[in-house]
Amino acid sequence: MKQSYAAGIIAAALLAAAPVAHADVDPTVLDAERERIEAMSRAMSPSIAIFAGGQGGGSGVIISTDGYALSNFHVTSAAGNAMKCGLSDGGYYDAVLVGLDPTGDVALIKVLGRERFPAAELGDSDLVRQGDAVFAIGNPFLLATNLQPSISYGIVSGVHRYQYPAGTILEYADCIQTDAAINPGNSGGPLFNSSGQLIGINGRGSFEKRGRVNVGVGYAISINQIKHFLGCLKGGRIVDHATLGATVAADDDGRILVSDILEESDAYQQGLRYNDEIVRFADRRIASVNAFKNVLGTLPKDWRVPLVYRRRDVETTLMVRLAGVHRSGELEKMVEGGEVEPPGPKPDDPDQERKPDAPPAPKEIPAAEQEPSTELPEAVKPFYEAKSGYANYHFNRVERDRVWKAFQSNGDFSALTGTWSLSGDLPTGGEVQFDLGDAACACTVPAGQFGFALNENLSEALDPPRSGGMLAALSLWRRLLVKGPAQFGDVTYLGAMPLERWGEQLDVFAAMHAGVECRFYFEPTTGQLAALEFYPTDDAAPCRLHFREHLVVDGRHWPSFVEVSFGSTHFGDFRLKEFRVKPPMGNGT
Amino acid sequence: MMPRGAKIELRRAWLCAVALCALGVQHASAAPLADVVESAQPKIAKLYGAGGLRGLEAYQSGVVISPSGHILTVWSYVLDAESITVVLNDGRRFEAELAGADPKLEIAVLKPREELDEIPYFDLEQAPSAGGGTRIVAFSNCFGVAAGDEAASVQAGTVMAVTPLNAHRGVFKATYRGPVYVLDAVTSNPGAAGGAITDDDGHLVGLIGRELRNSANGTWLNYALPIEELRASVTRIQAGELAPAQPIAPNNVGAANPFKLATLGIVLVPDVLDRTPAYVDAVVAGSPAAKAGLKPDDLFVTISGRLVQSRGLMEEELARCEADKPIKVTVLRGDDELLELELTPTP
Repeated sequence: MKQSYAAGIIAAALLAAAPVAHADVDPTVLDAERERIEAMSRAMSPSIAIFAGGQGGGSGVIISTDGYALSNFHVTSAAGNAMKCGLSDGGYYDAVLVGLDPTGDVALIKVLGRERFPAAELGDSDLVRQGDAVFAIGNPFLLATNLQPSISYGIVSGVHRYQYPAGTILEYADCIQTDAAINPGNSGGPLFNSSGQLIGINGRGSFEKRGRVNVGVGYAISINQIKHFLGCLKGGRIVDHATLGATVAADDDGRILVSDILEESDAYQQGLRYNDEIVRFADRRIASVNAFKNVLGTLPKDWRVPLVYRRRDVETTLMVRLAGVHRSGELEKMVEGGEVEPPGPKPDDPDQERKPDAPPAPKEIPAAEQEPSTELPEAVKPFYEAKSGYANYHFNRVERDRVWKAFQSNGDFSALTGTWSLSGDLPTGGEVQFDLGDAACACTVPAGQFGFALNENLSEALDPPRSGGMLAALSLWRRLLVKGPAQFGDVTYLGAMPLERWGEQLDVFAAMHAGVECRFYFEPTTGQLAALEFYPTDDAAPCRLHFREHLVVDGRHWPSFVEVSFGSTHFGDFRLKEFRVKPPMGNGT
Repeated sequence: MMPRGAKIELRRAWLCAVALCALGVQHASAAPLADVVESAQPKIAKLYGAGGLRGLEAYQSGVVISPSGHILTVWSYVLDAESITVVLNDGRRFEAELAGADPKLEIAVLKPREELDEIPYFDLEQAPSAGGGTRIVAFSNCFGVAAGDEAASVQAGTVMAVTPLNAHRGVFKATYRGPVYVLDAVTSNPGAAGGAITDDDGHLVGLIGRELRNSANGTWLNYALPIEELRASVTRIQAGELAPAQPIAPNNVGAANPFKLATLGIVLVPDVLDRTPAYVDAVVAGSPAAKAGLKPDDLFVTISGRLVQSRGLMEEELARCEADKPIKVTVLRGDDELLELELTPTP
């Protein structure tokens, strides 16, 4: 109230101070017009038309100068693994599929064939307000035969909208509603704010009985949701959405309570129980069931997010690890199933009222009837590698190599093939000693002496007791550092995700070896290994090591302080004082 | 140490203030649209009532017109329920009932079934009129997109013309004969009827009308009823006119010499439903009804100034009227012809 009052005064003051001559246009209007034209012309260059073979296609937008671009899953699904893209400057390029979020209806592609592409600036969709001016750029009805996209102008009609999935995918959670015209062919295209920042990807509209054309109610996937998925998408993955493993319901006072919870969920294992009140989730206040669904719908599987719950007036904060919505292999099957119907009612839906003589409602630009050609264009071949479970495994290698290269800037450990002998002490008093080799490992800690061979299955290597497998975890840490991801076992890039706090995104490797899984978390700015998680079995709580206070020894960064936890329980910390590598490499200190 | 939440709120307020200054300078003619929208949203209601069957949405939109929570909306089947649920933009909900409806303007006023006060409202007396070229903002719960504490959908547009709805007679099936604002915003959507049209200062100028389809070309009309055309009728309804007929209380014996359908020469359609509409099945030749001009298929809408939403309520209302003087009735003929007739009893 106060704000609009203040604005009123400013407006009144300006009007009084600057009376405009009759028939003259107020300079502020001309300024606003000029700014709008500038924003639109800036936003035009990264906007692309996507041709998905035959008559199929849609829109997209380039988000980095190396050619990564966003579109809808239901647009690229018609094209398969390669497609053609047109830029507004008339350029026509090959593009390759990189990653897919089928549930969120998002596809990441990479436009090829140029050193540097124009890229859209990413905005913050949480700052978007109802009434803000926005514009959509795209290729409605595939009009852009000369590659000049169409622009439609409008306002934000609603924020944090939830649109139910079509089947089990194409769920639009926390999306932006706009009255800027969104028509078939606009799908996958960008929604910009008035300063030309990308705030969403257009993909859906409410149509019902009007046929498949704009009725002033379109929806865009928020760019902040896409930012959560981007790291995983860049890894060439088919990314699943998250579930908490618990459902919520509102009570009579409007509080949002846990109405059901799975015992195997991380939330349960960390202490969340039936009837606990959900206060905040992923740093957002939860005041309705829709608000909870909205937040959850923006999160990828495997992410850790803060959850604040209240029980008998005591608030507790957890970092909960989220599970996937779909069973293993389920999403991949859907993706391999080929073309996906655009969300919303089908044009031939019998429930739709249509005059018998009216022209049939336009369909989402259909792909040609024949299967997309499986033969990749020559330009695309070097950028594609098929692997089950991945949209394009080539990009998983690219990301894995990038992260490993950044890590190696902190030192090359590959020559340290001898047994690592590490000694240190506990902040609480007492000493620790670790001997980590290729074939065996041992440790001496206040609880006793432990050791085992490393050439067999490690799923029962849980020593020292109550650590969840600290010794095995340290051995696997050495293994990655010495052998690197290529020789460790099966190491893939999982994506970028938070570990300890909301807002950070660490690069994560998922690594399989000796029947167990490890997750390695890398600091994106320094490349340093920040943490390691050891999962002896699929549903066991992990043993986690945090590597802190790195010291440089012989040009290599070593962690001098290691924190160990098992599940949500702190096991202990130790400070390393000596790093010694026994033959064949001689002494290191 | 300030709590994190409070810090964020402060930061947000500061950012808003900065943005406001910037925008205030840029668009000297008005406050930023986002602020206009924010100030109007508490006065917009989401209404839930009857319907839900094939193609009939059980929801529509409304505007709050009094601090005690009276709602102005469009008269439709959605209101044909004993109780209508009203949900405001902060998630607050209350039950309301039909206070009265004007069949000619096709508008209705709802009154809460509980005592409420200090609800933000649009003052109809202050509602300005709009003309061709007026910039408008439309607020509605189109498609039922907004739920609970979610704010209604907003769309921006312009009044393209102010023109009588029946300028092209018979094209739009509506009893309303007055001028409408024709809009370039796509407001003709399911559930949008009863929503608000404001100018870009947030003043209420119109009410989104029910969905109207052009019978000649199949297109849908985006339009609103000007508030100035509705004001007098709303005042009458709030004063108790055009209230729905009530069932007769058991201890109320009705009129000493009541009207009867048979003596008027009216045969209604058989009473088979819970609330069978009072459609005329046949009119006895030479009867008072025939003399008044009543025809088969006419639908009784009011009996002596009371809405009769069913044949049962119509009979009860007739039983309350002494048959010694003429009685005024309103009937709907076809889709769009509202007739006022006077039934004079035979002496």
